[in-house]
Amino acid sequence: MINFGYTIWILLLPFLMFLLLGLAGHKLKPKLSGLLGTAGLGIITVLSYITAYKYFFTSEKVDGAYQKIIALNGVWLQLTENLHIDIGILLDPISVMMLIVVTTVSFMVHIYSIGYMHGEKGFERFFAFLSLFSFSMLGLVVATNIFQMYIFWELVGVSSYLLIGFYYTKPSAVRASKKAFIVTRFADMGFLIGILILSFNTKTFDFISLTSLTGPAITQTGGAAFMGLSVLTWSMIFVYMGGVGKSAMFPFHIWLPDAMEGPTPVSALIHAATMVVAGVYLVARMFPIYSLAAPDALNVVAYVGAFSSLLAAVIACTQTDIKRVLAFSTMSQIGYMMLALGVSGYGGHDGLGYMASMFHLFTHAMFKALLFLGAGAIIHAVHSNHMTEMGGLRKYLPITHATFLIACLTIAGIPPLSGFFSKDEILTAALHHNKLLFAVEYAVAGLTAFYMFRLYFSIFWGKETHYHHTPHEAPALMTIPLIILAIGSVFAGFIPFSKLVTSDGMPFESHIEMSVAVPSVLIGLIGIGIAFIMYRKETAIPDRLAAAFKYSYKWSYNKFYVDEAYIFITKNIIFRYISTPIAWFDRHIIDGTMNSIAFVAQLVSFRIRGFQSGQLQKYGFVFVTGAISLAILLIYLWK
Amino acid sequence: MITGVPVQYFLILATLMFFAGVYGFLTRRNLITMLMATELILNSVNINFMAFNRYLYPQKMEGMFFSLFVIAVAASEAAVAIAIIINIYRRFATINVEDVNQMKF
Repeated sequence: MINFGYTIWILLLPFLMFLLLGLAGHKLKPKLSGLLGTAGLGIITVLSYITAYKYFFTSEKVDGAYQKIIALNGVWLQLTENLHIDIGILLDPISVMMLIVVTTVSFMVHIYSIGYMHGEKGFERFFAFLSLFSFSMLGLVVATNIFQMYIFWELVGVSSYLLIGFYYTKPSAVRASKKAFIVTRFADMGFLIGILILSFNTKTFDFISLTSLTGPAITQTGGAAFMGLSVLTWSMIFVYMGGVGKSAMFPFHIWLPDAMEGPTPVSALIHAATMVVAGVYLVARMFPIYSLAAPDALNVVAYVGAFSSLLAAVIACTQTDIKRVLAFSTMSQIGYMMLALGVSGYGGHDGLGYMASMFHLFTHAMFKALLFLGAGAIIHAVHSNHMTEMGGLRKYLPITHATFLIACLTIAGIPPLSGFFSKDEILTAALHHNKLLFAVEYAVAGLTAFYMFRLYFSIFWGKETHYHHTPHEAPALMTIPLIILAIGSVFAGFIPFSKLVTSDGMPFESHIEMSVAVPSVLIGLIGIGIAFIMYRKETAIPDRLAAAFKYSYKWSYNKFYVDEAYIFITKNIIFRYISTPIAWFDRHIIDGTMNSIAFVAQLVSFRIRGFQSGQLQKYGFVFVTGAISLAILLIYLWK
Repeated sequence: MITGVPVQYFLILATLMFFAGVYGFLTRRNLITMLMATELILNSVNINFMAFNRYLYPQKMEGMFFSLFVIAVAASEAAVAIAIIINIYRRFATINVEDVNQMKF
């Protein structure tokens, strides 16, 4: 047995760094606090890689399967004999993989931020929040029980809120941070309900006993049914609701585009690579229950994922803010991961979708972080978010251009870049399970290639824009992370994921299925080709197409009016017909009862206060009269 | 020992003294006079104690002890009361109880 006790430092170090930078940051030089935060993250990155190496290559396997290892566990709250909330560290293939993803991307973002945030007000605050986020995210991925996960789940929500609202003097950023927090919080209410139902029926919070094949969750699937689904299925659907909120799936996706108000490194770290995949991770964590005991809930996962990915891809085609395009692209890719989980079976080669989802999560983290950091470099050079104000930047930003192109090719699924492998596995899994979902994802693959290259050509080719200041390449602190992530995006596809991360821990052989791979590459190339024709040079085609499909263009440009629908439902229906009567009831009935009691008491006391006159002899008279009356009463009348 | 005097005489005397004290306490406006009325009440109680002790339980002495206690307490109480009255006089320049009515609603 290998001792994994040191993994506690992976959690403690960023937390201590948060305390240090948060409490004493303003006394340090900004540069020093940035370096401290980055160094702390560097250490835990190294620790995570050591952990991954030890876990995957030296830990003991039972029957060839990777085991779940509890590195540390302590009771945090002992509620009753059986019911207790623990805090601990659980190592299994997905949590170790997530450690790698989170620390790698976070470390890159830290380095990048030293350059990107240079000279900003609140530099050390930024790094303190980044450390807080890293701590929360790492605590989330290594959670040993669902309640610990929930605690850290809320903590990442808070860090996300703090970082989106980093420019707190900007009203739009404040609005966006509130929106993100409220929308995800609303979804988390479902998560909490799900946890409570689930643990009430299984009498445990612990992941290992929950997902154990002989555990209560999987063996006792019976129980009262509601609307044709078992209680367990309902609880899993509620748990998934939390994942829908965090991972920006339809219908809770509305916060993600607005979250782009935050600094770009934050978008890369939180809203592309790590926090938003927490929903996928949650489903993967509970996967045995979904797959073996609640297949209906798993279908919900698949369909929500597929619909969200299609919706987001369509919207991404018409957006002009480059960060928003990337945000919708993130949503679309997470939809892919959800779908892959939804079509997966449990165990062995049936678990292809599960493996593909985790694989895509891994590669997506690399190339999406790269895209965002590249976008940050572009924004840094041009001082604008809008692609209409860009064009021909390839001459000015050679390194950004090269890495951005690699990332675009990766996401479009061009071999031999990593996106090709993971997307191919997802499409294969979907094809074996459900032809409709496969068709949707196939179309989304083409759309992805199109909108990414629309972005690429509009920024780096297209019309020759005249800039006020000649754009210049970002400093080395920003380009080095780009290069490292680009290398990651290129080679991550060759990691033999099916040997390492599988649904039951057993490695299996996976291979590229030509009947899926060839058409998916083809549709990717078609998408790139269309984008090339439309945006390589400034042409009238996009405007003509927009005019020809006026309504669909308008709907897509306005994000299918989902935000407006939310506003309508909340303002015109909920506020008017539910909140207003409740407020009236509260003000008039509840407050009214209390106020009238107080009013009566006051009225009576005004009437009788004259008795307390301050005249000693009056009191004496009353006292003597009372005493005599009582004496008469008790002696003569009380028989 | 006063022979031939029935206990009722003592009780009537005590009752008269008691109600005279109560009346004085309630009608006199001068604080010193009120204090004197209080002493009258206390002494009427003392007479009761002594009379009952003498006539009902002549071999016991609890009634006398009580009377002694009451006298001692009345003396100290008079000291405290006079101190309060002096303070009132210093503060309000009066010892008329009707003018000392600050403690009201």
